[in-house]
Amino acid sequence: MTPLATSIPGSSNNGYVAAAYIVFFAIVLVYVAIMALRLTRVERDLRALNERAEPSRHDETRERETA
Amino acid sequence: MSRTLPLKHGRGLRPLSIATLVAIPIALVLVFFYAPIEAEEGFLQKIFYLHVPLAIVTLCGFVIGGLLAIVHLRTRDRQWDLRSYVAIHMSLIFGVGTLITGSIWARGSWGHWWVWSEPTLVSFLIVILLYATYQPLRFAIEDPERQARYASVFAIVAGAFVPMNFLAVRLSTAYLHPRVLGSSSNLPPKMAFTFLVSLVAISLLFATLCSYELTAKRTRMLLKARSRTLGFR
Repeated sequence: MTPLATSIPGSSNNGYVAAAYIVFFAIVLVYVAIMALRLTRVERDLRALNERAEPSRHDETRERETA
Repeated sequence: MSRTLPLKHGRGLRPLSIATLVAIPIALVLVFFYAPIEAEEGFLQKIFYLHVPLAIVTLCGFVIGGLLAIVHLRTRDRQWDLRSYVAIHMSLIFGVGTLITGSIWARGSWGHWWVWSEPTLVSFLIVILLYATYQPLRFAIEDPERQARYASVFAIVAGAFVPMNFLAVRLSTAYLHPRVLGSSSNLPPKMAFTFLVSLVAISLLFATLCSYELTAKRTRMLLKARSRTLGFR
């Protein structure tokens, strides 16, 4: 195994390596965050759909019972 | 949730996510602790294990998008158009990552953020700019059938342009940009192994994010369809 911090030629360039990896993981993180926001919206819509579907289902069964 | 909406898609999502979460740390450990430090560029060369796999996956994603578009035009099944769209969308994100990491590497190695005389850089930028027009073109068309058809034609033409562009750059005479794949490549075994693991990790990440995007899009479409059937929208 090569120790990370020992005998690194051109160690003044370490910042560029860190920047490249940080930028890449930041892009992935932003994307995942956007996906999470979208998922929250889908969950909210699904909850709203369920809430609206439940009363109409109750109405249907009540109508069937009275008929 | 499963009682109200039959969510069959996204079945391979969990193993794919786990494989990605395992592969990325392994690749990082290999990059920083196993691969030897390159004699000329030193520690800066570590960007190679991120930048090159990103570029390869991006270009392959564009070609895959074109191939999926061919299947869409042959079968007229909208699912293939959706897959093509997601592959191109994700490749575009990875392409931006490639440009940024490449630019950082160029600054450290050549002292410039961008070199206009370098054909590899400029050709990659042209490909990204070409695909940047895909989404505006797609969403400028309201009719879903026409939208899918036109987007597929675009994806096929642009997808064919990608390997031609790659070949043209290979055949060009300037060799300022380091060659990675090909007969001139002679990476030491440790570097080659690390590079391959990085390529697998980035490919897995691409596949996982595509799968997430597809599942999310299909779920939203299903939800909209169910709302319409129930007469809510």
